[in-house]
Amino acid sequence: MKEPLKITGAEAILSSLIKENVDTIFGYPGGAIMPIYDKLFDKFHKLKHILVRHEQGAAHAAQAYAMVTGKPGVCFATSGPGATNLITGITNANLDSIPIIFITAQVSSTLLGTDAFQETDMISLSMPVTKWNYQVTKANEIADAIAKAFFFAKTGRPGPVLIDITKDAQNELTEFNYKKIKSIRSYNPKPELKDEDIRTTLLLMQSSKKPLLLAGHGILLANATGQLEAFVNKTKIPVAVTLLGKSAICEDNPYYAGMLGMHGNYAPNVLTNEADLIIAAGMRFDDRVTGDLSRYAKKARIIHIDIDKAELNKNVKADIAIHADIKDFLDEIIPAINYSADKRWLEQFRKLEKIEQEKVIHKECFPENGKIRSGEVINRLSVKTAREAIIVTDVGQNQMMGARYYKYKYPNSLITSGGLGTMGFGLPAAMGAQVGRPDKTVILITGDGGFQMTAQELGTVFQYNLPVKIVIFNNNFLGMVRQWQQLFNNNRYAETNMPTPDFPLIAKAFGIEGAVVKDRAKLDQALDKMLNHNGPHLLEVKIEKEANVFPMIYPGMAVDEIILEP
Amino acid sequence: MKDTYTITAFSENHIGLLNRITIIFTRRHINIESLTVSSTEMKGIHRFTIVVEAEEEQVVKVVNQIEKLTEVLRAEWYLNDDTVYREIALYKIPIDSAIDKNLELVLREFNAHIVDIQNDFVIIENTGHVDDTEKLYDILNPFGILQFVRSGRISISKQKKELSAYLNELPLNEYVKE
Repeated sequence: MKEPLKITGAEAILSSLIKENVDTIFGYPGGAIMPIYDKLFDKFHKLKHILVRHEQGAAHAAQAYAMVTGKPGVCFATSGPGATNLITGITNANLDSIPIIFITAQVSSTLLGTDAFQETDMISLSMPVTKWNYQVTKANEIADAIAKAFFFAKTGRPGPVLIDITKDAQNELTEFNYKKIKSIRSYNPKPELKDEDIRTTLLLMQSSKKPLLLAGHGILLANATGQLEAFVNKTKIPVAVTLLGKSAICEDNPYYAGMLGMHGNYAPNVLTNEADLIIAAGMRFDDRVTGDLSRYAKKARIIHIDIDKAELNKNVKADIAIHADIKDFLDEIIPAINYSADKRWLEQFRKLEKIEQEKVIHKECFPENGKIRSGEVINRLSVKTAREAIIVTDVGQNQMMGARYYKYKYPNSLITSGGLGTMGFGLPAAMGAQVGRPDKTVILITGDGGFQMTAQELGTVFQYNLPVKIVIFNNNFLGMVRQWQQLFNNNRYAETNMPTPDFPLIAKAFGIEGAVVKDRAKLDQALDKMLNHNGPHLLEVKIEKEANVFPMIYPGMAVDEIILEP
Repeated sequence: MKDTYTITAFSENHIGLLNRITIIFTRRHINIESLTVSSTEMKGIHRFTIVVEAEEEQVVKVVNQIEKLTEVLRAEWYLNDDTVYREIALYKIPIDSAIDKNLELVLREFNAHIVDIQNDFVIIENTGHVDDTEKLYDILNPFGILQFVRSGRISISKQKKELSAYLNELPLNEYVKE
């Protein structure tokens, strides 16, 4: 009888990824993962590998790749330091519910627990920040482990998973028969929507004079942007978005009411506390959204729909907690709606918007003197790119400005680090977004601080000639922390002031074109040059040093106490 | 207000799951008073019985987080009154003390029994609530306790259809492939 064909564990890993339609991997080789890279050498035609300069970069790039393509990201790292370098990126993906399959190598199973060279207990380390993880010590476990990994990562509330594979399992021979997972008995990714939930929602809507819809990241993750638009157009209910919910609805929509939260828009924050009904769709009432919880939305009945049961009644007590996929919910309720929100309620939003426009937005986007302001740069980028670009931000003031002043049009066109607020996320995420969407203009909005945290990835941008447009807002400060020091610590700027290197010169060292702009008169020209450049381009913009992001809900304040000016 | 809660969870028998569960308590600064993990009547399924002193709101959230774990089948919580629960305690006392005629009275009163006799000591077993096993400890103390050990709580709910009835409805295979 013929022996069944056997392949090595390393090959089984790559074949499993191909079976899951993976075509791109972000990673970095090392000792324990060498068998996998050796097999990869023969499979580059099917699996494109992006060699980053630090594993954290791989994790962030994979996250952005997943966000812009809708496919899970895949990361490779070796054992020990390679694996631990992923932790920030895994955590970031976990808090923002992004499906990524992390594959880390491990020392041989015979050496486990011996403090062998580059051994680290990656399963324990990643446990609190992964949706699921598993250590493979035998080659015949690989196919099922990877099938489970994809199933867990993609379904339900998505999230990162990690498989740790010992070196001997990579080298061991195994039969290979890959089958995707259909169901797992301990895991219910698709909660059943109840008729009763639809009925009570309709009933509460019927009696509501001031309804407000809060759209979160769940809308984008569930691919329910079309449903959201249909729901809003039919009900005429004003819709506000969370930071990660940005781009879930086109900002031209007549019922779009702006962004929630600490640096969100004036109207939706103030009117949250006026609303008599709040429909929270795929969002989790993060503390940056709610401000003082004890004074949050007290006049409103709350309907909370989320696919993660643990989010229901976690921060805000819901009158109706609906455990369901938001897409199913919207699909089900839209045809049954016979309700239209009062026009006067929407007018209240428009009135407050006008105030914010005058007091904040106009000054930020159209200043006539002083140094360049970051808001005006983003506003100009929004116009110049006809709102077609993918915006990637770092974290801090640049992030808030990027979220506030680009007018988002298409789903998943803002890539930002929400829950974890990871400085250094920007550059590697911009790479990942560009790899995933080579057809799009990808613009990174970053600061002088965050950029320097992962600046080594310029090497990756250079190697793959990724045409990302890098805008560094340089105020020689860690701007957001400085803003807090100014507002709450009596201007005591403890360690937030930093001299910066010559950024265009750094770009040049990596073969990337760079420029700097200081004067408003030359801003348009500099932006045009960057956007028209065929290839990566870094533009350092010297901005107003002590500019602040407003409006702002100060810590401990209620949402309707949001401040327009200091 | 803090109270004693018993949390019961059914899970797959996988390496590391205990760690995933305890992390949920650690993160919220909740101390686990007792923890018992054992196999159930269904092969491959384990039962966690966790006792905590906490507030109800906290307990509900923790149970939700436990149930959210991909390898946990179900989790529930109970107040003491809603369950029948027991701990086992073992007491090692010197053989000389065991000859004392009062020991027999004590054992009868507590429904405790001697489970092992060696040349120089005997081992007494008692089952009950913590209060009972503690009380017996105090009474046996004058006899000279050489060693004392107590198990974690096991508990069974007073509901007619208990959580474990749910096990019978489970698919036999942990997962199904396409």
